[in-house]
Amino acid sequence: MRIPCPFCGERDSQEFSYLGQAGLTRPDPSEPNAQKAFHDYVHIRKNPAGPNNELWLHASGCRSWIVVTRNTLTHEIMGSDYASPFLKVATR
Amino acid sequence: MKYSVLSLIHQAFRGQKDWEPVWRYPEPKDEYDIVLIGGGGHGLATAYYLAKVHGLKNIAVIEKGYLGGGSVGRNTTIVRSNYQEPGNIPFYEWSLKLWEGLEQDFNYNAMMSQRGVLNLYHSDSQRDDYARRGNAMMMHGVPCDLLDKEGVRSIVPFLDFDNARFPIHGGLLQKRGGTARHDAVAWGFARGADSRGVDLLQNTEAKQIRVENGKAIGVETSRGFIKAKKIGIVAAGNTTRIAETAGLKLPIESYVLQAFVSEAIKPLIPNVVTFGAGHFYISQSDKGGLVFGASLDGYSSYAARGNLPGVEDTIEEAMAIMPSISRVKLLRHWGGIMDMSMDGSPIIDKTGIDGLYINCGWCYGGFKATPGSGWCFAHLIATDETHPNAKALRLNRFETGHVIDESGTGAQPNLH
Repeated sequence: MRIPCPFCGERDSQEFSYLGQAGLTRPDPSEPNAQKAFHDYVHIRKNPAGPNNELWLHASGCRSWIVVTRNTLTHEIMGSDYASPFLKVATR
Repeated sequence: MKYSVLSLIHQAFRGQKDWEPVWRYPEPKDEYDIVLIGGGGHGLATAYYLAKVHGLKNIAVIEKGYLGGGSVGRNTTIVRSNYQEPGNIPFYEWSLKLWEGLEQDFNYNAMMSQRGVLNLYHSDSQRDDYARRGNAMMMHGVPCDLLDKEGVRSIVPFLDFDNARFPIHGGLLQKRGGTARHDAVAWGFARGADSRGVDLLQNTEAKQIRVENGKAIGVETSRGFIKAKKIGIVAAGNTTRIAETAGLKLPIESYVLQAFVSEAIKPLIPNVVTFGAGHFYISQSDKGGLVFGASLDGYSSYAARGNLPGVEDTIEEAMAIMPSISRVKLLRHWGGIMDMSMDGSPIIDKTGIDGLYINCGWCYGGFKATPGSGWCFAHLIATDETHPNAKALRLNRFETGHVIDESGTGAQPNLH
């Protein structure tokens, strides 16, 4: 599997480490339903069979966090982007 | 037909002509009391114990492929109960006790071989950690032995004891652990369930669980709607896909795990050996092939095949403890989909939807749990009570904070 890093171009997947589902937003601890929201944030995942947005770290490269869109059924990679703009617009 | 020495001799003289098919291929009925989604090891074991222990009839197991075609037929066949966490030990020890009487119980040769599981340690601090694990096991009545270097050498003298990076200092041995013939386990449970009237419906894919007014009423399948009073999800790697049709959100992610078998060589490895400085386990099948595996490929996947970095990692670990097998040719390798829970431990529980039960999150340790999982899940479905040995394996433990994190890696399934 080769992953296109938006900074470095296409690189071998072994240069990257995987965190998981992108777009999870840390809940506000002062909200009344914070306990449930934190449970969902830490433990509940969509786990889709198909395209998924994932956070990868280009650990042995530019050390940037990136968001990779990857099909979990075929391992096909459909694109990647910088993580920071994605996180700003991400909703659960 | 009951299998025995007499039936073998009889068939030998009859030219093996009278063996009967081991199970039926029934047409689905419109309605069952209990429908289990998933005809793998755990689903078949659940059906078997529902019929045998609880005397229930009118049960169906629906399976999208063929019986035992998933992870129960794809694993590295290791059976053990050397766990450390309080919620896990009683469950896995109960499962191992069931293994010990399993072949007599279901009258099928599962080739259960208690050849011992040896976990190597490579440093002083790791020895202390293994001593702690051994003490935790013995406090729960599970015997084990902490071996020094010479103790390990007397069992497996061909290891690379003086490896510069990962020298072998000793190991923790569970003598009652070992291996079993994985396919035969599925077949034995299937035969036992079928002969007690359970309908095993192969090539029947569960499409949707139908829920009305907070109660599960049946399963939409590729062969039509099947009504059911109680439904059990035992779908392993595809758990979240079927559970979400009932509106369930689960603390599960699916990952691929690769396993490997080499060409057959003469008897070399007398037991199961695991590498403590990484994650690698190896044993030798009765045919002579070396059967081994390592960690997950590090990213979520539903593709039942792995990638080459996983292969490379596994082979490197093999070379770190057993350089003597470097010239052995790999015969084949394959991947299976694991339902990785967020704490690395399984879930056997109700779901909050009436009549819908779930058995999932076995990560890549489900094979050894097959009889125990079936026993406890059958108990839950039949009595609506959690079995005492599975009382920690609850779905709500993630909300209450009572997670069972055996590896101490947190809610990061790719690291378990």
